[in-house]
Amino acid sequence: MSVIALPQELSIVGTAPMSYWRTVAWRLSRDRATLVAGTLLLLIALSAVLAPWIAPHDPSAGAIRLRLAAVGTPTHVLGTDEQGRDMLSRLLWGGRMTLVAGLTPVVVAFLVGTVLGVIAGYTGGLVNTLVMRTMDIFYAFPAVLLAIAISGALGPGLPNTLISLSIVFIPRVVRVAESATVQVKGLEYVAAAKASGASVWQILRHHLLANVLGPVLVFASTQVSLSIILAAGLSFLGLGVTPPAAEWGLMLNTLRQSIYVNAVVPALPGLAIFVTSMAFNLVSDGLRDAMEIRT
Amino acid sequence: MSAAPLVATRGLRKHFPVRGGVLRRAQAWVRAVDDVSFDVKPGETLGIVGESGCGKSTLARLILRLVEPDAGSVWFDGEDMLRVLPGRMKRLRRDMQLVFQDPYASLNPRLTVEDAVAFSLLVHGAGRADARGKARALLGRVGLDPRLYGRRYPHELSGGQRQRVNIARALVLDPKLLVLDEPVSALDKSVQAQVLNLLLELKVDRELTYVFISHDLNVIEYVSDRVLVMYLGQVVESGTADALAEAPKHPYTQALFASAPSMDPDRRMERPPITGDPPNPIDPPSGCRFRTRCAFAMPQCAVAAPPPVTVAAGHDVACYLYEAATAVTA
Repeated sequence: MSVIALPQELSIVGTAPMSYWRTVAWRLSRDRATLVAGTLLLLIALSAVLAPWIAPHDPSAGAIRLRLAAVGTPTHVLGTDEQGRDMLSRLLWGGRMTLVAGLTPVVVAFLVGTVLGVIAGYTGGLVNTLVMRTMDIFYAFPAVLLAIAISGALGPGLPNTLISLSIVFIPRVVRVAESATVQVKGLEYVAAAKASGASVWQILRHHLLANVLGPVLVFASTQVSLSIILAAGLSFLGLGVTPPAAEWGLMLNTLRQSIYVNAVVPALPGLAIFVTSMAFNLVSDGLRDAMEIRT
Repeated sequence: MSAAPLVATRGLRKHFPVRGGVLRRAQAWVRAVDDVSFDVKPGETLGIVGESGCGKSTLARLILRLVEPDAGSVWFDGEDMLRVLPGRMKRLRRDMQLVFQDPYASLNPRLTVEDAVAFSLLVHGAGRADARGKARALLGRVGLDPRLYGRRYPHELSGGQRQRVNIARALVLDPKLLVLDEPVSALDKSVQAQVLNLLLELKVDRELTYVFISHDLNVIEYVSDRVLVMYLGQVVESGTADALAEAPKHPYTQALFASAPSMDPDRRMERPPITGDPPNPIDPPSGCRFRTRCAFAMPQCAVAAPPPVTVAAGHDVACYLYEAATAVTA
């Protein structure tokens, strides 16, 4: 981790120091790797959102005579797939699916998992045992296996992929939220709040959540890349997004036999998955450093 | 001396379960506080001294009902704290506050100093501006200029400064009783003196009553009117600070005083007065808990715990040596 000077240390004594979130933003603004990765993510997100307008071709209209065109073909900059569909258009459209499939389960898991984890951690006792042991049941299966099992039971399609991936990520978030809650709950400032007569709700709102949400948010951000890969993996296996829709994992699957004809074009969706998940990882690393609370 | 006590505890007991196994059943019990009774008179400073792990901090939390006792009672200003309704309890909390030992864990890293102090006022329904104004005034009183420090975060302050914030937070509700749990133990000697003197000043200014918990006998002697000596969850001796310093009765108290570093170069210690660690509070020795480290242990010490004996007015000792002594003189 690079040494990041505190903005307060530069300020003249007596001037108001920055608020926490401004400090985080200030630290992020000097973290070059995170800025680059963040910009990249922004571009990917933007291209996904704008796909209907910027895609040069219809992503599902193929041309039998122009199958597996090489990268650099004048009408198809990134070549065409095994059915002669424009790769660039499909990658742009596919990004929409992949981002939705990557982000939604993590957002759902963040919300549900934090609520469950904080309740379990703060209440303790039987509630904690019930919640945490239930989560352990899900934890017993490897993420991929669990995702495949649930998706297999629910059937293919984007909504079911989102449901199954949410179920994969909820127990992880619960664990992190629970352990952070238990740790903060034992600190003396919570006891001081209790001693001043604060209600459970006041303690949760002002003392607990403020100190638990940060670590959970950072953890959740590390899971986005995994979620993208799992979503792509499910489509690859035919359990996720169904053809003819474009999705990176699905594209990887349908193109895999063409790798002997044209090695570059089938690698493109893989490259897209790699770059996107890498960018998410870098941003979450930067977020972790920037959100570190000094005590 | 005849004034009604501000705090009175009778037979307080708290045993913590040590859980284990698949079902997390209690496998053993840590006897943190075992049958402790004492009074705190309005306006006095009661010192509670003992080695780490003797149940001092648990006792502090029991007094403030931050931990529910297993048995016994706590009376505050004539009210049975364990029987009052929640609404009344919240009102009572304004009158009793706690200052913590760890200046790092005791402040929320996400609240500015003035917000941390103002929080208690908000809990009791004060307006935001009003609470902040009071908090800033109090920060000034404890020696932190609110213009310089009010908007700062705890990580920007030193240990001593944080402890001042803790004190301000405890005082903002205008309590009658302040329980100080090792308030200066984490500080440097020079800072300790400043904070102690601040506490003594505040006590006079605001007519406070202190329960002052420490393992440091010098500190206890400096601040206390009366002292309670604890060993493994029980009170072994209690008396005025002067009486205890001049004529400690219980072998444990004697050993404590003998091991406190002295400023007198002629008083050199040849060998430590007590050796070893206190026994495990999970399974304390039978009878008198100190007998395993006591130079005067007798067979009867293992049979039953010695009841407290009054050796002088207001000076009680739980030791068989003195039962014998009073029996001879009687």
